[in-house]
This record gives sequence, structure tokens and C-alpha cells, in this order.
Amino acid sequence: MENELKAGIRKFFERIVKAILALSGGITSFVILLIIIFLFKEGIGLFKSPVVEKGYVLCVHASNPIKQLTPYQIKQIYDGEITEWEVGKLIVPFRFEEIFSLYSDEELGEDYSLLTEKLGEVVAADSNMIAFIPEQYAPSNQPDIKILPTENITFADFFGGKEWMPTSLPAPQFGVLPLILGTLWVSFFAILIALPLGLGVAVYLSELASEPVRKILKPAIELLAGIPSVVYGFFGLVVIVPLIQRVFDLPVGETAFAGSLILAIMALPTIITIAEDAMRNTPKTMREASFGVGATHWQTIYRVVIPYASSGIGTAVVLGIGRAIGETMAVLMVTGNAAVMPHSLFEPVRTIPATIAAELGEAPTGGAHYQSLFMLGCILFIITMMISISAEIFNRKQQNKGV
Amino acid sequence: MKKVILTTVVLLSIMFNATAQKIKGSDTMLPLSQKEAESFMKANPSQTVTVTGGGSGVGISALLEGTTDIAQLSRKIKFDEKQKLQESGKSVKEVIAAYDALAIIVHPSNKVTKLTREQLEGIFTGKITNWKEVGGDDMKIIPYSRETSSGTYEFFKESVLKNKNYVNGIMSMPATGAIIQSVSQTKGAIGYVGLAYLNKDVKAIQVSYDKGNKYVQPTVENAKNQSYPIVRPLYYYYLVSSEKKVKSFLDYVLSAQGQKIVAETGYITIK
Repeated sequence: MENELKAGIRKFFERIVKAILALSGGITSFVILLIIIFLFKEGIGLFKSPVVEKGYVLCVHASNPIKQLTPYQIKQIYDGEITEWEVGKLIVPFRFEEIFSLYSDEELGEDYSLLTEKLGEVVAADSNMIAFIPEQYAPSNQPDIKILPTENITFADFFGGKEWMPTSLPAPQFGVLPLILGTLWVSFFAILIALPLGLGVAVYLSELASEPVRKILKPAIELLAGIPSVVYGFFGLVVIVPLIQRVFDLPVGETAFAGSLILAIMALPTIITIAEDAMRNTPKTMREASFGVGATHWQTIYRVVIPYASSGIGTAVVLGIGRAIGETMAVLMVTGNAAVMPHSLFEPVRTIPATIAAELGEAPTGGAHYQSLFMLGCILFIITMMISISAEIFNRKQQNKGV
Repeated sequence: MKKVILTTVVLLSIMFNATAQKIKGSDTMLPLSQKEAESFMKANPSQTVTVTGGGSGVGISALLEGTTDIAQLSRKIKFDEKQKLQESGKSVKEVIAAYDALAIIVHPSNKVTKLTREQLEGIFTGKITNWKEVGGDDMKIIPYSRETSSGTYEFFKESVLKNKNYVNGIMSMPATGAIIQSVSQTKGAIGYVGLAYLNKDVKAIQVSYDKGNKYVQPTVENAKNQSYPIVRPLYYYYLVSSEKKVKSFLDYVLSAQGQKIVAETGYITIK
């Protein structure tokens, strides 16, 4: 009787534990799904934002034949890089704030009631002027003034643009190409450095190192993974950056190479630990069989252990790449964050995670800049997802081949 | 026992005291406001002041939403921010608490000692790329900027670049300390930092805003007598309706004691 009761209680508790486990699994998946939906929802909003800063319009004189300006053209006009409408007709760019140096607050009337009128006068007076003014004060019903139509930001502007100037006024530039390429560029070389080194150390630790050496080395390497990335970044800025500058005789040390090097160091512990665990999991019987047919130690490593552990090594590589692509703080500190198309390893680059970290702080919530940063998050998500999927496919192929 | 009573008193005073004030906004002003708040609370134990950062823009929107009593800004309130406040029936008052000067810095080995505003504009917009164009050695110029989220970035763009954009692909650093570090180890570098951050690892440049007639060294004295041109005021904004609540703190900041803290923090006093 008592035993039955005990068994009943045990069963009850087991059921509760099972339910809790299932629930936590379900909640986790659901939350991840929600995060992804939120990410994409915020990001997609970017393509509904106008190319000119929200709430503002561009006005020109009615006699001006211009019909439409691209965001890049607008930026060049206000930077003084395009200076003529056509040969001999100099562009006069006008910013809204300049009105306050032309007229005093009293002249603009109570609650700025005369502001629209005065702005109208200014724009109408100069046939070569282009004025950047708030929509609510736009002199829209004056016959002398034409308000340029504003289009929304397009996919082509975003994915094809080569300039990232999200706070440029009147037309912010959201060219994401240099950021995507910068991220891939830095990560690619980081893996190129980390992979041979990491696998080499893993082979050494699992096959060649004596037990005492292994007992010291392994925890030391695992400790590396626990160092906060800001510390790596600071180390990089103070030690690696000047070193690179001196060794390669560069004008500036904050380069893609510095980023790759730091990332490689950071990805190493992940790669080493996982790959080494996979190799050590090779059954003793397989090694002994290999020795039994007369294979040397090296042949055993190369023909038996590594193929057997290939799936684990694959995982190590993927996690290493994942760490490299998503790493923020260290890269932010050593790559110089210059949003240029990467041409060489020895030039500054800007990565996606660094951009998000540096800019989200003061991007006004809901604005185009804010949405563009979410869109960057989406891109990062898609890149990592593609890497995971390709690793999965690679792993499956390896397993089918058998050993 | 004494401790318990003390804690209870403090807790009660926090809960019931109407003079608990919140300050929010610019990160540049964070150290200043914190020090002011600390010494203000020491002088007036019945009052509490909490200070948080987040950026100038964040401060103003918090003021609009009513989640802060004072907004600290390292730039003047923007026209559309003022407009938004007016639309919701609120009007703000501004108080200038201190001034901050931006110093232009180069590597100590650089031969160049002075630049005009036009030359600086050329350097930071990418028109001038070699030091020999401004009287230095034949060496590439590496301009360093702050990140776009910084109020300093905005102020430099407005004052020195006359609202033009920085050159595409300028080096942008996440913090003032990082700019100092990079400039001190890069021969061709040029950057800008708050006057308080100047040290012997970098060299400050004399600046002229009148096309080269008069070059001025960035020092506290020159900033104070207004001969140094790249100076910005640091503001506190508050709603007219809550003037009573915030007055004592703002008066304290403007008092001799408060201004002493301004000078100690490395900013320039208002008088």
C-alpha cells in the first residue's frame, strides 16, 4: 500500500517535471520566433520611409526644370560636390535653420505664424535655390515654388548603395554594401587564420601531447574563451594595432587585418575545444585496429581520427565563424569603423555588428535610421542562418560517406 | 537600530518627498551632472537627484513624455523638438550650465601647429588628403571622428564642417579615449576631443576662424574669453510648469560652489 502511494507520487512528480521541460522548450522556441518576427517587422519599415528626412520636403523655384533627385544627388548638392543645375546655373542650397539668421523671432511672428510666408519669399527670390524645410512650413500654395516629390527608400538604394551616412541631412545615405562586405571580409580572414591553427592545436592536444601538458594547456585555452570581448578589444587597440602599423609600415594601424587577428584569437578556444573533444571521442578500438594493420601514428590521425571526428570539426568551424561574424565590441575598437568598400586587408573597415552597437544608442525610435539598423540585424541573421544550414548539409554528406 | 531608522527615514523621504528630481540626456554631460548632483545632495540631504544618460535626443523626448524633470543637452534644442513640445502644450526654459571646448589634436611629432577652419573642413570632408597641403610633411592625413550617436560629432559637423558631411569612410571611434589612443599612435592622424581630455600623448592645434589672421590655442582661458572659436554651451532644459521643483538644483549648479565643480570636471565656467 505504502509502496503504491510512493510510486504514485513519484509518477506525479515525473509528469510535472516532463511538463516543465516541454513548456520551457516551447516557450524558448516561441520567444525566438517572436524576436525574429519583431526584427523583420521593424526592418521592413525602412522601405516605407521617404528618402528625404521624414517630415521635411525639398522645394525649388517653379521655373526650375528639375523633376526628381536621387538621395545621392541630394547629398552631393548639400555637400557642394554638385554645384550647377546646368552649365552656368549655380545651385544655391538652403537649409531651414538659415531662416533664423535672416529674420529675428519677432519678424517670424507669434508661434511662427509668418514662417511659411518668409520661407516662401526666400525661395521665390532665387530661381537657383533648393530649400530643405519642414513639411508643415512648406509654402505649398505659392505659384513660384515647386515641391519636389519624395519617393521611398528602395531595395536598390539600400543593398546597392556604397555610402553609409545615416545622419546626413537632408537625405540620409543607407548604402549597406560596404558593411556587408566588411563583415564578411573580416570574418573570412579571421577563419582563415584560426582554422589551421585551431585544428593543429586540437590534433596536438588530443593525439600528441603528454597527459601533464594536456592538463595544463586545455584549461588555459578554455580560460581564453572566458575573457570578455571588450578586454580583447582593448588589448587589440593598445598592442596589436600599433604592432601592425609598425611591422607593415602602414599610415594607420586600425585595419581589417587587426580585426581578423583579434577575431581569430577569440574564435580559437571554441574551435580547439570542440574539435579536440570530437577527436578524443574516436573509439579506442578504431585506433587499435589502425595500429594493428600496421599504420603509423600519423597515418592513424590522418586516415582514422580526423575522418571520424569530421562532423565535430565541422561544428567547431561553424561555431567559430558564428562567433567571428557576430562579434561586436572587439571589432568596434580595432577596425577603425570606416564604411568603405574593402579593397585590401590593410585598410579600415566597418562591420554590421559594430555599426548596430555604435549607432542604436541615439537613433530616434521608429525613424529611418532606427529601422535601417534593424534591417542590418536581419541581414546578419540571414548570413548566420545560411552558414548553419550549409554546415548542416556538409555534415550530413560527411556522415553518409561513412568511415 | 540606528541604521534601520536611518534607512526608513531615507526611504520615506524618497517616497514622500516631492523634490526628488530626475535628469536625463547627453552622455557628455553625465560626469558633470553626476558630480553636481552628489554635492547638491550632500548640501541638501532632504533632496534626491538621479542622473541618467542616453543622449541629448533621448533627454528631450523624456522631457516630452514627462519621465524626466530636467533634460541635459550638449547642443541647443532643435527646432522640431521645440515644435513637438509646443504642440503638446508644454514650453521649456533653458539654462546654460557650462561650456565645453573642442580641441583639434594631432600626433606629437607632426610639424603642423595651426590650421584654419577652411583647412579643417577640407581635411574632414576629404578635399585635403596630405599634410604637405597644409604645411606639413609629405604624409597621408588620417582623420578620426566620433560615432554618429555622439553630440560631439554633431557639434563638430555644425561648427567646423558647416553642416557638410564627413568624408565617406572616415575612421569613427566609439569613445573619446579611443580617439586619443589612436591619434597618439598614428603619425598622420588628426581628431577632435573635449578640452578636458587633452594630455601629453597628443598635440593640440591652434585654430583660426578668420581665414588665418589670428590663430588661437585651445586653453581654458581662451575658451573663457571667447577667443577660441570651437566652444559649445551645455544646457539644462526644463518645463516651465515644473520650475519650482528644479529651481534649487539649477541654482546650485550656477552658484559659485556648482561652478567650482564645473571647473574641476574639466569644463569651462559660465562666468
